Amino acid sequence: MADQAVAHDAGGVHATSTGIENTKLAMWTFLGSETLLFGALISTFLLYRSNVPPGIPTPHEIFDIPFTSVSSFVLLMSSLTMVLALAAIQHGDHHRTRVWLLATATLGMVFISGQVYEFTAFVREGFTVGTSPAGSAFFVLTSFHGAHVTLGILMLLSLFGLSLQGKLPRERANAVEYVGLYWHFVDIVWIVLFTLVYLIPA
Amino acid sequence: MASAGHALPAKGGGFFARPTATTGFWSWFTTVDHKKIGILYGFTAFAFFIIGGLEALVIRAQLAGPDGEIVDAELYNQLFTMHGLTMVFLVVMPLSAAFFNYLIPLMIGARDVAFPRLNAFSYWVFLFGGLFMYSSFVLGGAPNGGWFGYAPVNVQAGEIGALNNMTFYAIGLLILGIASTVSAVNLAVTIINMRAPGMSFFRMPVFIWMAFVVQFLLIFALPIITVGLFLLLFDRILGTSFYASGGDPVLWQHLFWLFGHPEVYILILPAMGIVSEILPTFSRKPLFGYSVVVFSGIAIGIMGWGVWAHHMFTTGLGPVANSAFAVSTMFIAVPTGVKIFNWIATTWGGKIRLATPMLFALGFVAMFTIGGLSGVTHSVVPHDTQQTDTYYVVAHFHYVLFGGAILGLFGGVYYWWPKIFGRVLNEGLGKIHFWLMLIGFNLTFGPFHILGLQGMPRRIYRYPDGMGWNAWNMAATVGSFLIAVSVLVFMWNAVRSRTKGEIAVADPWDGRTLEWTISSPPPAHNFDEVPVVHALDDFWHRKYVEDKGGQLVRVPSGGQEEPGATDAHGTEQAAHGAEQAAHGGSGHGIHMPSPSYMPILTSFGLPMVGYGLMYGYWLSIAGAVVLLTGLYGWALEPDAE
Amino acid sequence: MATTDQTPATQIHIPEKAHPGERTYVKVALVLGVITAAEIAVSYIDVNKWVLILSLIVLSAVKFILVVQWFMHLKFDHPTLRKPFIAGMVTALTVYTIVLANLVYHSRSAS
Repeated sequence: MADQAVAHDAGGVHATSTGIENTKLAMWTFLGSETLLFGALISTFLLYRSNVPPGIPTPHEIFDIPFTSVSSFVLLMSSLTMVLALAAIQHGDHHRTRVWLLATATLGMVFISGQVYEFTAFVREGFTVGTSPAGSAFFVLTSFHGAHVTLGILMLLSLFGLSLQGKLPRERANAVEYVGLYWHFVDIVWIVLFTLVYLIPA
Repeated sequence: MASAGHALPAKGGGFFARPTATTGFWSWFTTVDHKKIGILYGFTAFAFFIIGGLEALVIRAQLAGPDGEIVDAELYNQLFTMHGLTMVFLVVMPLSAAFFNYLIPLMIGARDVAFPRLNAFSYWVFLFGGLFMYSSFVLGGAPNGGWFGYAPVNVQAGEIGALNNMTFYAIGLLILGIASTVSAVNLAVTIINMRAPGMSFFRMPVFIWMAFVVQFLLIFALPIITVGLFLLLFDRILGTSFYASGGDPVLWQHLFWLFGHPEVYILILPAMGIVSEILPTFSRKPLFGYSVVVFSGIAIGIMGWGVWAHHMFTTGLGPVANSAFAVSTMFIAVPTGVKIFNWIATTWGGKIRLATPMLFALGFVAMFTIGGLSGVTHSVVPHDTQQTDTYYVVAHFHYVLFGGAILGLFGGVYYWWPKIFGRVLNEGLGKIHFWLMLIGFNLTFGPFHILGLQGMPRRIYRYPDGMGWNAWNMAATVGSFLIAVSVLVFMWNAVRSRTKGEIAVADPWDGRTLEWTISSPPPAHNFDEVPVVHALDDFWHRKYVEDKGGQLVRVPSGGQEEPGATDAHGTEQAAHGAEQAAHGGSGHGIHMPSPSYMPILTSFGLPMVGYGLMYGYWLSIAGAVVLLTGLYGWALEPDAE
Repeated sequence: MATTDQTPATQIHIPEKAHPGERTYVKVALVLGVITAAEIAVSYIDVNKWVLILSLIVLSAVKFILVVQWFMHLKFDHPTLRKPFIAGMVTALTVYTIVLANLVYHSRSAS
């Protein structure tokens, strides 16, 4: 007589109708909704990218493509360190897990610092959030992305802290997987943003 | 191991001891039980229904005659805006959520939803979001730009603290959106992942299918309005130019209606699901064309993404867009019509019992059809150009939302009341409620078609004498007060049933779905033993077989009557079912998730952030700290102790 | 998802396919780096605007798919997991293309 308890997600596959863990399915569903969120922000930017009053530069006139390329590369590599962290915890190597988690968070912080530097440079050149629809769209889009990255960094550091306290055993590798999915998503949003916002000509 | 009624010693860990009580007043604040959360949603939604209804009555009093002087223009704008926001976001959506929460686990044979604490969180965020919206009345004025908040009017900023109306709108809806998104993910995962053994997708009740489509509509539509609202908020408090000052006001309309159209299907599909459960039960016939009804629901969900600009026919979309959206709008009438035919065919030749739930379900079919027909006239662009911004549109959407959603939801209330509260609502009072409501509703909104065609504009706080509108407006006002009386009758019925209502058995209506196999009300753990499902309407087939003449024959032991006898599907299940239905189940050895403070504590952070954006960023930061602390506590707390 | 009467859903346990090894991840990352470099290089070349846009979109799409399939493990996971994500992407691409087309038309005809 199989007495099916509520499928709490404490790691490991509990009996579900599909065999997929609830939290993993929830995370992918959430990411599905996030595509619509970023889609709206990206579309708004694409609509307004050239909409500036006289005297205000368009984004394309002030982008520093080499600089942004470097920070894009940094974020891309953070996806590698993320997946290496997951591999490490799945093998039960907690030291390496922490190394890669910290590396991912650090790369994320480097990316954010790059964004901050870039934004202050733009503001100095007269391109701000309030001076034009283009500015409004650019800063809101990239800030939403940056906020997502920041939340991701917080989650990564939390996992790091938990691991240090011995509270992230191999059985809870799923937690790293879920944070990883979120982190990779944030990376693929940037893949799209870098192309559509920075590289594609006005 | 937490089981109902047992007080366990408090365990350490976390910031304070985990709550353990699952009964009593305070347990409602920490509950993670989907049934209690459903009841919370239901009562709160009903309270907002009263408030939204009172707003409507003031509107109708103001418009009863020409040159009304009960309210001024500004207050009128706030009233009709809040009436719309309330009915859409604080009544119909949460009332549907009440049914989803209560019934989804029961109908799929599960013990709770996938994420019980997240479920509680959704409720508290909803409550605080609604209170946040309403606090605006005493904090400078409620939102006054219509529930649809068109730009650039929505952007007109006032000084902080002085003219925050539409800032409350933006932030309030953002908060409510979080509640709905989180709930939608929860319920979608529940339906996909927590069905009982044998409950394949095509053995799920139609109500579950409609619920499933709704969750995905929410998941995909809410992010769009989220962006729209953030852009509005930034225009108002950060000086951005998304919708004005060089920005395009039509961008708001696209973002709003991209959400807004799927939203109307979110509003109607739950009621359609409810009606699809009631009609078969009270016709003693299975739903006609189950798979067709399911596929039509899915089709409506998908096609609903292709019609949004029919709300924008007068914004200068251009002939190509106008034609395309006109055609897609006409097409979406098809799956809806298919459902109506299937419902009619369900009752055709059935042994009809006109109990109150059935009356409401039939009322839904009739009134929704009328509303659908006026909707089809909207799809003809030149005709719509005449109808837009007149009372004709108001007639249309009230017929589908009140005549449709509200009547359907009341049908659900009468139908499942015995299961939820263990008491049956009085039939006589129920019938009075229904007829008064039906007559009052038609008297109120029927004339709006005429007034619209006579040119009476929407959203005006008064009209002059001599337009020829006086008589119909007076009729509508009378009708609205009749509706109010019918609601009072319902409330009396509800209160009275607590002490005088007939005690409900497990299966008072001779139902078809799994929730009727357990006691009324069900035990905390729902099913003593997880049911094994062998067919669509499995419970019905355990109770009845058909003889050679096609007549229903009661299986002696099927369901709850006589434990111990044999039947086609397995004795033990029937026997246990009988015992469970009779005695409420023992619940021994079943591990349920524990109550928790974290959902309600975490949700406090959101209104704090919201108020802070208007009154001082320090408050927002404090709110963010509350949120983060709550989330940490939640993440580190085990599901059950 | 149809389940037979004989096998209750609770008995279905789909063993998770083994994750690719660390080497594979590094290889994927290298490919991503190369494609990024290509994107940047292409953006400096003086070609027809639409050729440029098309190549950039294709390159970024390849990166997108690589991260989703390999790093996010969708290639190896239960097929149900990709459905909500793909549904979101398709919906987003469709509706936003229509909105942009209309708003661009709208802003052009207004000026």
